Amino acid sequence: MALAWQLATVVGIRLETPHVKSYALELPAWPGHRAGQHVDLRLTAEDGYQAQRSYSIASAPTGAPRVELTVERVKEGEVSPFLHDVVVVGDTFEARGPIGGYFVWEPDATAPLVLVAGGSGIVPLMAMLRHRATVGANAPATLLYSSRTASDVIYGAELDALATRGDGLRVVQTLTRQQPPGWSGYRRRIDRAMLAEVLAGAGENAAQAFVCGPTPLVEVVAQGLVGLGVPAQRVKTERFGPSGG
Amino acid sequence: MSDPQPIAAQFAPDAHALDGNAVGGLLAELFGTDVTGADCGCAHCGNVGPLGTLRVYVAAGIVLRCSACSGLVMRVMTRSDGSHLLDARGAAFIRR
Repeated sequence: MALAWQLATVVGIRLETPHVKSYALELPAWPGHRAGQHVDLRLTAEDGYQAQRSYSIASAPTGAPRVELTVERVKEGEVSPFLHDVVVVGDTFEARGPIGGYFVWEPDATAPLVLVAGGSGIVPLMAMLRHRATVGANAPATLLYSSRTASDVIYGAELDALATRGDGLRVVQTLTRQQPPGWSGYRRRIDRAMLAEVLAGAGENAAQAFVCGPTPLVEVVAQGLVGLGVPAQRVKTERFGPSGG
Repeated sequence: MSDPQPIAAQFAPDAHALDGNAVGGLLAELFGTDVTGADCGCAHCGNVGPLGTLRVYVAAGIVLRCSACSGLVMRVMTRSDGSHLLDARGAAFIRR
């Protein structure tokens, strides 16, 4: 059964930002995934205590029995500090997936793609952008990505590279807390006016939107997109909240 | 009242809600397959949408509420032996 627990082996760890790491996992019975899906991880302590969390898959589907997760270290968290501080290449833990049939982007979609992310909400959207690049899709796509500071931007160099491929992807960033000298992006939290500016001419009436981030951001953006004319059923959301960590 | 207010809902304002996606793994344990993309009808207001769009509140149990009317659609309690109890009286139907 596709959703049985299986033993995942950590085959790579990469530091993305001071608080975010990516983990490449090898899963012997991985049936493949679609961009936007997640996996459940389950850690079991020596005394039998178990902790379980859901993490978005960052990698594009490849056909290989391997996924990459990107995990933010949540202070006071239970699982993410363990992943960050203890886990090394070669370690194993239980995983099951892929999970989620709703927050999923299909590569044959021709609708203009609108992606809005806050913080580590970029992770499932990055799977979509990576998949989009892999399959050579060129329908217009816009990513609006909010981070606190420049050093909190996850996948910064890769996003820059993706945006210069000339395949219709536009990346717009906002830094809400602190901006480096010469910063030309936005300097505030995402609001309706920003959405309107960024999406002007992006074909919002026909767009397919994916929004992922902290719940307050998702609420503002989802309502804002609908207000700008994106049909509500084409605004897909993934909130992450206090059950994370 | 046909819709008891679990403690989870009283103490979980919407700012703490997750989406049904977040409990897709748990729902798959109950249904045997991924149902986050399956349409679910709310027994309270009649709204129909994917299970992945329900509001999820995590406390002692998992509470799934309608994204339109906030009515209680499902509750999942996990017992100490690891088995689950699903109360789905707020779901008029699930279609897939």
